Amino acid sequence: MPKRILMTAQLDVIHKSLAKMTALISKSLNNMIIALKEQDLILADEVIEGDEQIDAMELKIEKDCILILARHQPIASDLRDVTSVFRVISDLERIGDQCADICEYIKLMAQEEYIKTLIDIPQMAIECEKMINMSIRSFISKDLELAKEVLMMDNTIDEYFESIREELIDIMNKKPDTVRQCTYLILIVKYLEKIADHATNISGWLIYNITGTH
Amino acid sequence: MNSKKQTKPKIQIKNLDFYYSDFKALKSVDLDILENKVTAFIGPSGCGKSTLLRSLNRINDLIQGTRVEGTVLLDGEDIYKDDYDVIALRTKVGMVFQKPNPFPMSIYDNIAYGPRLNGIKSKSLLDEIVESSLKSAALWGEVKNILSRNALSLSGGQQQRLCISRALAVSPDVLLMDEPTSALDPISTLKIEDLIAELKKDYTIAIVTHNMQQGARISDKTAFFLLGEVIEFDDTDTIFSNPSNPKTEEYITGKYS
Repeated sequence: MPKRILMTAQLDVIHKSLAKMTALISKSLNNMIIALKEQDLILADEVIEGDEQIDAMELKIEKDCILILARHQPIASDLRDVTSVFRVISDLERIGDQCADICEYIKLMAQEEYIKTLIDIPQMAIECEKMINMSIRSFISKDLELAKEVLMMDNTIDEYFESIREELIDIMNKKPDTVRQCTYLILIVKYLEKIADHATNISGWLIYNITGTH
Repeated sequence: MNSKKQTKPKIQIKNLDFYYSDFKALKSVDLDILENKVTAFIGPSGCGKSTLLRSLNRINDLIQGTRVEGTVLLDGEDIYKDDYDVIALRTKVGMVFQKPNPFPMSIYDNIAYGPRLNGIKSKSLLDEIVESSLKSAALWGEVKNILSRNALSLSGGQQQRLCISRALAVSPDVLLMDEPTSALDPISTLKIEDLIAELKKDYTIAIVTHNMQQGARISDKTAFFLLGEVIEFDDTDTIFSNPSNPKTEEYITGKYS
């Protein structure tokens, strides 16, 4: 049987670039969590500056996907492979943006003490990071079971979001001088909740990639 | 996604005009065919792409009333100069045609034909050439036990790979392919395309194809022809994703009339 040598080689290039982009995202997530916990401005800046590299990777992979569509006319599983990569890089790019956005708020709070020791928010961030890493792993290794596990985890994140939001509203009601910081923290947990949604999307694309259904 | 590595031109076509008697089939064609790259010529019927291909090993000389103006340099030497050895040219620049055309003789003799004509008599050397040529054309595994069988008994796809082996047996530098898969089924076509991807490591390839998707799949550079002129010549990535000439765009998107 023909091996479609050139198309396969170009798909490999795309998969390698995707692995590289996911490594950058993991690093951003990790640094963002440390920056959040420790109010580390240097790491926060690193995440913000690193976003450019993530954006550039997205453009590169997008271009390679367009070229493979234009030149090799992939069909069936090959077509699903390319289209799902197309969607996944957009999710990854958004995660990169959201990490950077979170770091902007970390910087805005850098000169003040947190209203309380942050426990649930970093914990939620760690859960998000776990979800992202699992979804990326499921996508790259085409692990359907792992992808399904990720989908199940989204509820936990939603629960975190709701309980932290309510807790922060409660604090604001009791101590109006914390409104500014609490608002920033609510925005941060909203970004985290969105990051988890992107992890769910990535796993959804893997399920589509393998099964052909959403 | 092409390699950024710069390669030198193997063939340089400069200001080439070609006439069939009074009819000017090629008009001031300028293009370089790069070493170890696949260059595709695409365009509608009658655009001159096959004429150009056939002028690269002077096989057009066999047609009465044809005339060439301009130059074609192979490794810097003009193949149309008066004392150029045309037989040697056709050894260096092999050709594969649209319809597989094996000689009505055994698979072995088909491949050994050219080397024998070049004076090779040693059986062991011929055996070696036959094996390596068939291997290069990804056919050895399928025919190694039936080398004495008549080549016409092979399938169309196998016959075409045999013709490629036969062209490789005389150690050319360049392979010209004139719609080499238009008579083949889709699987045989993709096998030939895989083969072209392998062969370009060792050979320079120019291919005429009516199937522009094929041009997109296998070539590094693409030239689009219309009415004897090169309308656009660029990296295949560019031609098929963002051509600069609206006529190229019309043709590759199927809107040309």
